[in-house]
Amino acid sequence: MKRTFAILLRNPLSLLGLVIVAVVVLSAVFADFITPFPAHAGAVVDFANFNKAPEWPYVMGTDLVGRDLFTRIVYAYRISLILGVVVLVLAVPVGVAIGLLAGYLGGWTEYLLMRLTDVFLSIPPLVLAMSMMGVLEPTLTNGMIAVTAMWWPWYTRLVYNLTRAEKEEGYVLAAEIIGASRLHVMFREILPNCVPSIVTKMTLDLGFVILIASSLSFLGLGVQPPTPDLGSMVADGAKYLPDSWWLTVFPGLAILVAVFGFNLVGDALREVLGAEQ
Amino acid sequence: MSHPFLSLRDVSKTFHTGGREVRAVDGVSFDVDEGECLAIVGESGSGKSTVANMILGIYPQTLGEIAFKGSALPGRRDLVHRRAIQLVQQNPLSSLNPRRSIGASLRLALDVHEIGERSGRDERTGQLLEEVGLPAAFRTRSPAALSGGQRQRVAIARALACQSELVVLDEPTSALDVLVQARVLKLLNELREKRGLTYIFITHDLSVVRNVATRVAVFEKGRLVELSPTEAIFADPKHPYTRRLIGAVPVVTAGEAELRNRLMEKTDANA
Ligand SMILES: Nc1ncnc2c1ncn2[C@@H]1O[C@H](COP(=O)(O)OP(=O)(O)OP(=O)(O)O)[C@@H](O)[C@H]1O
Ligand SMILES: [Mg+2]
Repeated sequence: MKRTFAILLRNPLSLLGLVIVAVVVLSAVFADFITPFPAHAGAVVDFANFNKAPEWPYVMGTDLVGRDLFTRIVYAYRISLILGVVVLVLAVPVGVAIGLLAGYLGGWTEYLLMRLTDVFLSIPPLVLAMSMMGVLEPTLTNGMIAVTAMWWPWYTRLVYNLTRAEKEEGYVLAAEIIGASRLHVMFREILPNCVPSIVTKMTLDLGFVILIASSLSFLGLGVQPPTPDLGSMVADGAKYLPDSWWLTVFPGLAILVAVFGFNLVGDALREVLGAEQ
Repeated sequence: MSHPFLSLRDVSKTFHTGGREVRAVDGVSFDVDEGECLAIVGESGSGKSTVANMILGIYPQTLGEIAFKGSALPGRRDLVHRRAIQLVQQNPLSSLNPRRSIGASLRLALDVHEIGERSGRDERTGQLLEEVGLPAAFRTRSPAALSGGQRQRVAIARALACQSELVVLDEPTSALDVLVQARVLKLLNELREKRGLTYIFITHDLSVVRNVATRVAVFEKGRLVELSPTEAIFADPKHPYTRRLIGAVPVVTAGEAELRNRLMEKTDANA
């Protein structure tokens, strides 16, 4: 773990990624303290300062009802990260467990579970999420459910393939000959060997979940006002381009930077953890 | 007890792969006596591992019966039989989980078979390590931090952890270099004597056979072609195939041969 971290710090790209991720996460966590107008995260109206180009103290300008854009972007990070973490916390255990069961048990279990996974994988993610959101009310909770529903099969695929390979290793046979239960073999022997790949994918996915959630809210299906959301900001601001450019440029950049940062760290982790064995 | 310790009666195994049938083991019968070390030799693909895997219950035999201490072994093994018959694999790197400590790998056998008090099991893993000539402190290490010989000692300790009676060793020293090989063989001889273990020892190496085996079973194309005491096999091989096998022992350089002989003598003296 320490070694992994040391290697990450040595590479300039992964260092940049770590810095971005740290800034995004820390600013989201401490949003109440670092933003100039924490109240602007909610339904505040300040018509005296509406639609202002960047100028002190509004470093990124204000929106159409006079709220500080910088404040709203930081709070949007908070929502996005919560969404990303919740989605992964729900999707990863489900996907991993199904992948382990299918890969290790084989037979009918494998056939049924993998066909189910393939069905979910064959539906384009946005279509799946949109159709779910069409049925469900567009709330944050339902957004999480929709994104979770499209996310778990990727972990099933990943862990399924890893499990099929690990199953052939001598340590699995050794545990079976000793008489260990199937649950032990799957979760205590095979799973630890999948963890590096899972962690890497989770890091990459935190960025992608933010992107998908933004796409959903861009389409009006995600987080609802007045909760700040990067995708909705871009969508709403787009009507006022190019005059009020800050309304779209800064939220857009915020999405880009966050996704970029998580990707850099994920890529670096993949190399470091893969090479560690 | 008039039952043989382990007996195979007309045991066959047919694999079906891609529409093809491979008869890997063909009507094999033999007994293994308690406390002996039966070597199984034969060229690659002669069915040695397949016999071992059926004894271990990795897969069932297609025909015939395998009996342990007088009772037929079921295709699906229960914990009692798992505990009695253990395996040491060829490759000690893959046979130990790289993500678990040596102690955790050893403790599994104690936990599964509920050997000793729960609280004393970690200490017991240390004793097991000492029994195979490793420091108890290796418990906390990962397999990657050990040499090939040390890893194989851990694998041996694991096979003994659940107080097994029969240990199947499938080419346990062929991944090790000659010096280490001799030391591991010496350890195996000592353990067999001390614990009254029975070995089924699969190998390609006839000098290993000479060193550890009490009897030798020779396999050819899935059939048992000769089964004799070790001295008899080398002094007077009956089957033409055995003769060829013994004649095919690779000639090593004079220096290597001398080194090996010296090591073997030492091993004999210490055993
Ligand atoms: N799981 C399997 N599926 C299909 N065929 C198999 C399987 N296991 C073994 N065989 C075939 O059975 C025959 C005997 O194989 P086995 O592994 O018992 O040989 P071996 O004597 O142990 O050889 P080696 O010395 O190379 O380990 C070979 O022809 C092999 O290809
Ligand atoms: Mg073999």
